[in-house]
Amino acid sequence: MAEGSNPVPSAEARRRRRPFRHVTFAIGFAITLLLVATAAVSLFYTPRDPLEMSIAARLQGPSAAHPLGTDQFGRDLLSRVMQGAVTAILVGVIAVGIGMAVGVVFGVLSGYFGGWLDEGFMRLVDAIQGFPAILSALLLAAVFKPTLGISMIAIGVAFLPVFARLTRASFLEFRDRDFVVAARALGAGDRALIGRHILPNTLPPLIVQATISFPVAILAEAGLSYLGLGTQPPNPSWGLMLKEAQAFLGMNPWYAIFPGGAIALTVLGLNLLGDGLRDLLDPKTAS
Amino acid sequence: MHGYVLRRVAALAATLLFVSLLVFVVVRVLPGDPALVILGLEASPESVARVRQALGLDRPMAVQYAQWVGQALRGDLGRSIQYDLPVGALIVSRLAITLPLTLLAAGFMIAAAIPLGVFAATRHRRWGDYLTMTLSQLGVAVPGFWAGLLLILLFSVRLGWVQAGGFDGWGQGLWSGVRSLLLPAAALGLFQFAVLARTTRSAVLEVLREEYVKTARAKGVRERTVLFRHALRNALIPVVTVAGVQLGQLLAGSIILESVFYLPGLGRLTLAAISARDLPVVQGVVLFVASMIVTVNAAVDILYGLLDPRIRYG
Repeated sequence: MAEGSNPVPSAEARRRRRPFRHVTFAIGFAITLLLVATAAVSLFYTPRDPLEMSIAARLQGPSAAHPLGTDQFGRDLLSRVMQGAVTAILVGVIAVGIGMAVGVVFGVLSGYFGGWLDEGFMRLVDAIQGFPAILSALLLAAVFKPTLGISMIAIGVAFLPVFARLTRASFLEFRDRDFVVAARALGAGDRALIGRHILPNTLPPLIVQATISFPVAILAEAGLSYLGLGTQPPNPSWGLMLKEAQAFLGMNPWYAIFPGGAIALTVLGLNLLGDGLRDLLDPKTAS
Repeated sequence: MHGYVLRRVAALAATLLFVSLLVFVVVRVLPGDPALVILGLEASPESVARVRQALGLDRPMAVQYAQWVGQALRGDLGRSIQYDLPVGALIVSRLAITLPLTLLAAGFMIAAAIPLGVFAATRHRRWGDYLTMTLSQLGVAVPGFWAGLLLILLFSVRLGWVQAGGFDGWGQGLWSGVRSLLLPAAALGLFQFAVLARTTRSAVLEVLREEYVKTARAKGVRERTVLFRHALRNALIPVVTVAGVQLGQLLAGSIILESVFYLPGLGRLTLAAISARDLPVVQGVVLFVASMIVTVNAAVDILYGLLDPRIRYG
């Protein structure tokens, strides 16, 4: 791409693109805020104790006492769905963090040094692409034990290739630019060139990718927990709740509807936020 | 041209080597003794030693790896502890469900996504476009296994039209088998359908802005002809690429949907193997599926290069 094809927007142009005038971004932001607020509140307040069982109140539909109904142990679904938000956020942040951290290291080594190192890392990244979260989780769960931690690692590994490729592409683009060549001529070493001069320029696409990956991680965690490869009972996770709800579809369908709805709403919100952010940060892709 | 294909095939070979290395490292090198995984922590030292010898765990790592890869290349993925059958044969028998499920989901995905994506592009920034894009936003947000549960809730619990899962095998005719796969395939394809619809829309939109499309319109070619003869054929190149990569994703996703609908395919085989500590089966299935995904990705890459010469020299 020719230099100068992506002019820095003027201060006025930036002010004109007010984020909250962007409908997609605004809706996404509102839903995400709701998710974070729910998770935060659930840390110190839930309407009921999420682990409190009640034989008498098993598998009830929505009522005043239990707005989302109860599960097979009579536990309050609203409280459990609220706490599930904490698990979702935790998994999203940690899994994306793992994928991003390792992926960026791969990308830097590949893009900056090039040569056979680049070739080797890229083939490794191709290989890792053959392991979607579910596959790594199956393997890790067989060798170790299925836990939330294992599912986070499995999901993180699945994100590694996209972060590695993005970072590599940015480094290939920037490593021969004038400002890098100038810094090298002034005696900057590899570490300074990578850390101070090139890496900061690669951040915007990485941030956008992290936002896009976050909801994917939440979907993956739900799937893994549903299979029994993620969060273990009695801890609340939306995926795990759906697994348990399946046995009682005929008796209390709401049990299967609310946790799934929570996943869908969360993912929808985060996707809208990511789309909006991409439009706002990168005017080229704005429709 | 030949050089390009050859280089890509060599790269694929290297990638497959890495795939096998990754599986090997997780199973054999990371802390955790496969013999203990198989026998349980309470096993006596003698039986652990026996299993270690039987699995060849007492030999050097490099020898173990070379032997394992060599056998895998000959189609020998080891022996299931639980079934006492070759893992390869088990995989092939379970593929009779997983593969049709994956392909059916891919069929649904393509049949729905491409027309809808084209439709949205031709209605750019009008109601049809917004409606399609909203639909696709929902499709990307709804987890496949939840969609499966909702389908069971509607069609089997409420309406009682179909059974809530299970598979009677292919013995009772093609339709009987396909019928059990319809709902899981629809749920499985939903997410990828939404992704592909968006890809198609933006690919068509991009081509419709090209000069040759303007030229065709300017010389009075009918809009239908412009769309199908000029625009769609070029727009389909990125669409085919994305759809190819999605095949691998569908294969992996089928593992979850098989669980939702109690289909005895590869996914159920693996999950049962985890509970039964049948490590050779898990290892074999993961190696097989990962290799399939990587191979499909590489094939799509090569195809892309052949369809669009700009890529080869990019």
